[in-house]
Amino acid sequence: MGMTVAEKILARAAGLPLVAAGDVVEPRVDLAMSHENAALVMNQFAQIFEGTGRGARVWDAEKIAIIFDHRVPAETSKTATNQKRIREFVAAQGISKFHDVRSDEGGICHQILPEYGYVHPGMVVVGTDSHTSSHGALGAMAIGVGATDMAAVWALGRLVNVEVPATIKVVADGEFRPAVGPKDLILYLIGMLSAEGANFRVIEFHGRAIRHMTISGRLVLCNMSVEAGATCGIVPADETTIDYLREEAGVSDILTPVLPDADAVYEETIEIDVAHVEPQVAKPHTVDNVAPVTEVEGVKVDQIVVGSCTNGRLEDLEAAAGVLRDRKVAKGTRMLVFPASWRIYREALRRGYLADLIEAGAVIMNPGCGCCLGVHQGALGDGEVALATTNRNFRGRMGNPNASVYLASPVTAAVSALHGVITDPRKGGS
Amino acid sequence: MAKVVLRLGDDVSTDAIYPGRFMATVLPTETPQHCFADHVEFNKKLVQGEVAPGSVVVAGRNFGTGSSREQAASCLKGWDLVVVAHNYSRIFLQNAVNLGLRLVVCSALEADEGDELEFTPHTVVNQTTVRTYPIEPLPRARLAIVEAGGLIPYVRMKLLEERLD
Repeated sequence: MGMTVAEKILARAAGLPLVAAGDVVEPRVDLAMSHENAALVMNQFAQIFEGTGRGARVWDAEKIAIIFDHRVPAETSKTATNQKRIREFVAAQGISKFHDVRSDEGGICHQILPEYGYVHPGMVVVGTDSHTSSHGALGAMAIGVGATDMAAVWALGRLVNVEVPATIKVVADGEFRPAVGPKDLILYLIGMLSAEGANFRVIEFHGRAIRHMTISGRLVLCNMSVEAGATCGIVPADETTIDYLREEAGVSDILTPVLPDADAVYEETIEIDVAHVEPQVAKPHTVDNVAPVTEVEGVKVDQIVVGSCTNGRLEDLEAAAGVLRDRKVAKGTRMLVFPASWRIYREALRRGYLADLIEAGAVIMNPGCGCCLGVHQGALGDGEVALATTNRNFRGRMGNPNASVYLASPVTAAVSALHGVITDPRKGGS
Repeated sequence: MAKVVLRLGDDVSTDAIYPGRFMATVLPTETPQHCFADHVEFNKKLVQGEVAPGSVVVAGRNFGTGSSREQAASCLKGWDLVVVAHNYSRIFLQNAVNLGLRLVVCSALEADEGDELEFTPHTVVNQTTVRTYPIEPLPRARLAIVEAGGLIPYVRMKLLEERLD
């Protein structure tokens, strides 16, 4: 019986010739990522060793990555103290994949990991962040976990007692229409599956539309797969993946794509012709409350947000800058831009995208998670409405339970910024 | 007997259970203060000590959807609440089991706030409506951790075993 990509990766990592959905395994971990919540992981990690007579040492300091991104620079003394404790831990344990609050190395964890070439096809990646699913975009099995699961990984180097997830195969063929892209496809798919349609499952992406998609686009799909509940979204590695890792991320190691067997067993196969996908919007207050943009046109927007681990990459900023160049964000609407990393920030600066956005009235923020989860600037007022390229719109998500968040693509967000109301991006900036 | 103190619908997110703005708070002794912070009335009852330990939160499908923040499980655990839902989002379920928060999977349960529930190994009995509902098992991979009393003792045990090898 054949295996899916997730099954093959987990089998290899568990040292087994074959696994199938439902098997319980203990895969070895190739990369373990945390952000500021490493402070909580550290507490749990110390507890594990209590009474064992052993010092609390991580299993492999080379395989741990810690990136400050949620609250950068620290907004309170509490955060600053957490970050200080983490820096001390990083130094004591010899963790080298550490990205501090610096413009020459910083950014959002889900951009730093691909950008620095930390994730390779076939790896098992775990992260104390639900959007760790992003890294399946590079053909890895990437699993979001809580702090105590991570503490166990730091101690043992394995993820204990994992049930091998079943896989849903999505075949996306055809070509996107103008002003439609990966964000619209994943919102459309989440609307179809529901917020729990892929719970305890992996989504494996195939089809011509995926093969032609950049790594940035694939990261959008895998990032938001978790919004349908998926453990991971996976795009099997191909030439685009290898080229990205070699040329953008500077990886010289041997890279071996993991491809599904021809007779792999899928729980379900969903076929989508992307030419039929319209610009999509997720309406408040769940990500699966998805509609074509035409259904919500005219909704007044107080705050536009372009950025985040979902859509803060160079091509996203390019799209927004392209719309706003020599134009203005509508009066009465404010626009915040969060590049996904400082490398992207610097490149967008060089290419003039940031100048275009600033001239239009947008405020460029520090790369980071920022207002997406209501922890660091950009909070909404009572009754206000945001249109964001981020990944969640739960009630209270942008720091205020009495506000509403709509989710859309960067081009939909930018075109809407011009008009101050949700606007069909196919109408362009006119 | 355990009283239903809060009844919620489907897709209760971890942002609803523990809003992001409190995420810099990590200690299990401190997170309970912010449990359901935006559910102002309920939070007030918790903080004022008006909710008895062992009380029940009833919800629908996909409880704990969204962020992996473990505070969502530790804040419920801090008040010794029991959650009964139709099913759970994966990461929340793992976090809850890891921390020893009591989760019950019961997809048929009908109960309102104020109802009194009784748990047997395989059923939930709503004593107010006098109806019995079957409990469904937790995922197989989680059972060993439940039996060990949480992930920390489970991993500690594994570490000690490895030392003996």
